[in-house]
Amino acid sequence: MTQPSGTTVSAVERERRAYRRGRQRRSALVSAVSTVVVAVIVWLGVVNTPGWASVQKSFFDPHTAFTSFPAILLGLWLNVRVLFFASIGVAVFATFLAVIRTLRGAVFAPLRWLASGYTDLFRGLPVIIVLYLVGFGVPALGVFPRLPAEVWGTLALILTYSAYVSEVLRAGMEAVHPSQRLAARSLGLSHAQTLRLVVLPQGVRKVTPALVNDFVSMQKDVGLISILGAVDAVRSAQIDVATTYNFTPYVIAGLLFVVISLPLIRLTDWLEARQRRREQIGGTV
Amino acid sequence: MTTAQDPQTPPVLEIRGLVKSFGDAPVLRGIDLSIARHECVAVIGASGSGKSTLLKSVNLLEQVDDGQIFLQGEDITDPRVPVDATRARIGVVFQQFNRFPHLNVLDNVTLAARKVHGQSRGTATATALRWLERIGLADKVGDYPDRLSGGQQQRVAIVRAIASDPELLLLDEITSALDPQLVGEVLDLVADLKRAGSTILMTTHEMGFARRVADHVVFLSGGVIVEQGPPELVLGDPQEPETRAFLARVHPD
Ligand SMILES: Nc1ncnc2c1ncn2[C@@H]1O[C@H](COP(=O)(O)OP(=O)(O)OP(=O)(O)O)[C@@H](O)[C@H]1O
Ligand SMILES: [Mg+2]
Repeated sequence: MTQPSGTTVSAVERERRAYRRGRQRRSALVSAVSTVVVAVIVWLGVVNTPGWASVQKSFFDPHTAFTSFPAILLGLWLNVRVLFFASIGVAVFATFLAVIRTLRGAVFAPLRWLASGYTDLFRGLPVIIVLYLVGFGVPALGVFPRLPAEVWGTLALILTYSAYVSEVLRAGMEAVHPSQRLAARSLGLSHAQTLRLVVLPQGVRKVTPALVNDFVSMQKDVGLISILGAVDAVRSAQIDVATTYNFTPYVIAGLLFVVISLPLIRLTDWLEARQRRREQIGGTV
Repeated sequence: MTTAQDPQTPPVLEIRGLVKSFGDAPVLRGIDLSIARHECVAVIGASGSGKSTLLKSVNLLEQVDDGQIFLQGEDITDPRVPVDATRARIGVVFQQFNRFPHLNVLDNVTLAARKVHGQSRGTATATALRWLERIGLADKVGDYPDRLSGGQQQRVAIVRAIASDPELLLLDEITSALDPQLVGEVLDLVADLKRAGSTILMTTHEMGFARRVADHVVFLSGGVIVEQGPPELVLGDPQEPETRAFLARVHPD
């Protein structure tokens, strides 16, 4: 904690602060130096392997990277849109599933079984198989109008990821202390209000890292819609690889996926830190 | 100070010029206080006056902004002093109890004795059982804290703090969840602890409690000690108008 500006501090406190700063500087220095040393060792190890020259040519070729970049970026835009709609779909459907699974009382038993059967099924099914079933199987029924491949891909992702996310949300809701429910109900809040205003907000806070995990994982799996024929970043890269016989486009696509995941990861880190500062007592432990 | 003191042995706790702010809001603005062996000091003051903050600073749970705290003559605010070892010498009962919901009563009480002070499970359990019996919780040993009543939780928290025989006890509003009869029992317990050699720094809203167990009462207001002295004087015949106003609000008689 810092002293309010304008107040002077004693010599003892000044010495303590100097000591703490010194310790901080030293640990920062130690970690910086060790990071650089490890990085250099890894780098030297890789560039001195016998095959490095040819690997560099086929995976890290600047010219191919440059020429393939626009198409991949265009494809990535499709990924971003699919991700956007899939996230909304997952948020809604997963919350719905999680709430159903936390309902108490015998009347809701069939609903609970249905929801838990659903999560069991879709957490077990590989995404690729869900993609094939939804992307090729459902249109083949002939009852739906012709829709682009990415729409079916989005739907398949929602079906799969809602199963995962609903379990994470349920864990969060169940981790909220029962006294919170008691307090909310005693104020006259209904069951639904208690869920929405007290239990869910606290539950989501408890599982934010796990939710971000699932989000980033889904963002990668958006690349799988290429198997349905949608021209996304992965598919664009694949087309380039087929013409240039160089794997650099894949590396570019991979890096772009990492880059688009960063803003969200940083944002949630920041939100979490801010909420901790605001709501919790902090202190030194 | 109230009790006669050997000039050679330092006070158990000595606080000098303690300053603590949260952000830009100063909470403690220069506290000086010293507690001799076997002495019990009660801190009184309005809600939000910084009583809990003072106790947390002594237990190094908050980093002070200025001033020094000496435990048996050793400056524990010095960043070179090992923090965990210092905390192990101090027992704390928090205002919110902070018992561990995933451990039963016995494990709550024996955790520190076993993991910090290296006692065997047998020794720790024997001590714990003796205390739990003393405080009327022998039949709750295997229960989990959430299923206890407020007063029972309070008593478990007290036993958890004293089980490892600390050099200094910090008690934050330990009677706040108790009925009058239990207040009496806890009061007897604190008096016993004092007789057995404990040194106690406590906060309380119960002037009767302060009057009965404390050797020295400190009135905290506006981040400073406004008045201090033996309970008969501070509570019975306060000199400062602010103390009088506070006491009149607590005891409108
Ligand atoms: N972690 C914190 N961050 C910001 N402000 C805090 C924090 N802890 C305490 N405060 C503030 O410091 C002031 C003193 O709080 P403290 O808990 O010490 O009061 P108290 O005297 O123990 O009150 P009570 O008798 O109600 O327990 C309050 O105004 C409180 O809002
Ligand atoms: Mg308090």
